Amino acid sequence: MLKISKWNLFFILAVCISGLYFILPNFYGKSEVTALPSFFSKKQVNLGLDLQGGSHLLLEVDTRSVLKEESENLVDEIRGVLRKMKVKYLNLGSKVTGAVVTIKDEQMVSPVITELRKSINKQILIDNEANKLTLLFSEKMISDSRNRTVEQSIEVVRKRVDESGTKEPTIQKQGNERIIVQLPGVKDPDRIKTLIGRTAKLNFHMLDKTTVELAEQRGKFPAGTFKALNADPTAYEKEFLVKKRVLLTGDRLKNAAATVDAQTGRYVVAFEFDTKGAKKFAKITTENTYQRLAILLDNRVISAPQIREPITGGQGNISGNFSANAANDLAVLLRAGSLPAPIKVLEERTVGPSLGLDSIEAGKKALTIGFMLIIIFMIIKYRVFGFVADIAIIINVILLVSMLSAIEATLTMPGIAGIVLTVGMAVDANVLVFERIREELRSGRSIINSIELGYKYALKTIVDANFTTLIAALLLFNYGSGPIKGFAVTLSIGILTSMFSALILTKMIVSLWVLKFKPNKIYI
Amino acid sequence: MNINFYKYRVFAFIFSIGVLLFSTILFTYKSLNLGIDFKGGIMIEAKFDETPIISELRQKIENLNIGNSEIQEFGDPQIILFKLEDSSKDGLENSSVIEKFKETIGDKVDYRRVEFVGPKVGNELKIIAIKAILFSLVAMFIYIWFRFSGWQFGLGALVALFHDVISTIGFFSITQIEFNLASIAAILTIAGYSINDTVVVFDRIRENLIKSELEFSSLLNKSINQTLSRTFMTSITTLLALVALFIFGGEVIKGFVSAMIWGVLIGTYSSIFIASPLIVLFGYKYNKN
Repeated sequence: MLKISKWNLFFILAVCISGLYFILPNFYGKSEVTALPSFFSKKQVNLGLDLQGGSHLLLEVDTRSVLKEESENLVDEIRGVLRKMKVKYLNLGSKVTGAVVTIKDEQMVSPVITELRKSINKQILIDNEANKLTLLFSEKMISDSRNRTVEQSIEVVRKRVDESGTKEPTIQKQGNERIIVQLPGVKDPDRIKTLIGRTAKLNFHMLDKTTVELAEQRGKFPAGTFKALNADPTAYEKEFLVKKRVLLTGDRLKNAAATVDAQTGRYVVAFEFDTKGAKKFAKITTENTYQRLAILLDNRVISAPQIREPITGGQGNISGNFSANAANDLAVLLRAGSLPAPIKVLEERTVGPSLGLDSIEAGKKALTIGFMLIIIFMIIKYRVFGFVADIAIIINVILLVSMLSAIEATLTMPGIAGIVLTVGMAVDANVLVFERIREELRSGRSIINSIELGYKYALKTIVDANFTTLIAALLLFNYGSGPIKGFAVTLSIGILTSMFSALILTKMIVSLWVLKFKPNKIYI
Repeated sequence: MNINFYKYRVFAFIFSIGVLLFSTILFTYKSLNLGIDFKGGIMIEAKFDETPIISELRQKIENLNIGNSEIQEFGDPQIILFKLEDSSKDGLENSSVIEKFKETIGDKVDYRRVEFVGPKVGNELKIIAIKAILFSLVAMFIYIWFRFSGWQFGLGALVALFHDVISTIGFFSITQIEFNLASIAAILTIAGYSINDTVVVFDRIRENLIKSELEFSSLLNKSINQTLSRTFMTSITTLLALVALFIFGGEVIKGFVSAMIWGVLIGTYSSIFIASPLIVLFGYKYNKN
């Protein structure tokens, strides 16, 4: 017999009310929601980048470059040890994660190993084959170094993005050496991409007194110098002869800002060193007065001013041929510091605000129309029962959206497609029940009996059928990215809510209706 | 209504084998119109203030010397979709390709979408896609096998699923609709939908097996017929939703939705004509005890 227990009724009401509770905040703007009384839920569905517009970047940190650097440092250490011991060696060189060296005198191999063990990192594995030594970083060292590089890179990227004025960016590590950057509503993604991608190693050198042309005429560069390009290819001086020695690095900077030079009216970047840097800078400028300083950013000369007088305050200007934006960006880079390793953009997905708006509009329209079509079709086909199913569909969508809000899920365009599809499929559960009731009626059972059996038999089928769809949805969630994940989320939640609305809710409504009106004949 | 579906099984098998062969041949010779998700490259959707002349745009892009490019209208004569080849291995150089592109096209344009996928990511996404499809097929196979206590059920469903997946790939190949990550989502959803249909029929077979003394092939027919009206109803409601999405949902998801429409049709067909008759073919014997 059809019975409605009080608990059952209570449960259904509780679910529906909590559905309303969680869906409510979505009708308010972001700022309005915070102003709501404290007992209101503040959680909203987030719009994905494809709907609100914005940029998604997948970056890869070249952690090998840091390992290579560390390998080169190891080579220096080995050289130091061998020189101290006065041991003759051959073929000293770095590998990707370690170094090799051949000791001339085989007798000396084991004392060298003992000495190396004392002075180098304990985690480096030393192996020898006769007089050939191989030094390798342990797995742990490699993974530690990799993690450190990625963590530092994330910090720098975060600072740069924050400084660029982007609101609510998300910056996360993905896998071993990747970083995901999400920039909602960003207007000029190219600028941020360049900003993020720059290594931004700032080095202070001195210029050599000879020019590149002179050196090339002589066919020989002075010892300890190298040729560096001008960062501004349109400048008069294309190349500079720079002394190799790094006098000061950007790590010592305390602050940097873009300003307009009062005398020239041009954009410059004013910088300020920390105490230690300021002292060093004072020393450099005192010792090299009237010579030219070379300020290099990522191995290109951005400025090569003449030191007119010792600078003791630790402050200075970089005056390249900057536009307002370029000066600003350089200041941002200097404030945020340099990346420990080069970064590569592996993937970019940017959606402009106009497409986002169009997508929302299209999604709303498709959702409403698909919804109406199904609602009308169900009433035509199943009359009263169709009407009941329609109520279930509406509540299903309310519950779906409220659950999405409760977990603060991200709604994407495929996610909207998922909702529309769930509506189509949610009807399925009802159709299964109704068709079954019809069958039972045909086989001569009473109305109440048929309804009871219809729900009972359909339940098993619906659970089995939905479970398989859920498998597909969960795998999509696991393997999908971004928008696709959004689709998987709405589909999975939609399956769960549709089971509630189609089985529990409609059963109650149908039972109430049958018990109240006691129809002799039902059309189904 | 009582249609003898079982009788048509030979036609259905021949038809399906034909579809599968055709799909495979298409896939091999015509291949898929792979999107940048898998191929790598740059895709830019731009809305022009005034309807541009495509041949002029093509000339401009060719002058850039950045490798192969595709230019097409995208749902509206003012909206153009550009696909540029990934001519460099370095991500940063690509951003300069995008910059160069923007300089050439000028600023009377609204850049609605800019996507770049490096070759490394493209390959990874390919592997992920294949894994996702295979895993879900296997997971469903195992679930059905256990739930219906017979590998014949599981295998019948699995073959039907393969049939749906391969013919959907054939659909992508013949229509040359762009094959991208959303297409993978479409294939998995189709698989989910198709298995849903199959389970409903299987479930009825299981129920009838307990009650009825009919010969298995007639019982199969009876079960398909009993669930037929539900099968159609659900296909219709799902199609209604999909058609609404197709017409009003915008260009971006059009490919996804058209594949889904195909999938609902093929999934319904395969549940009736492929999955169930296969159980008999695989020699399922019901043991009442």
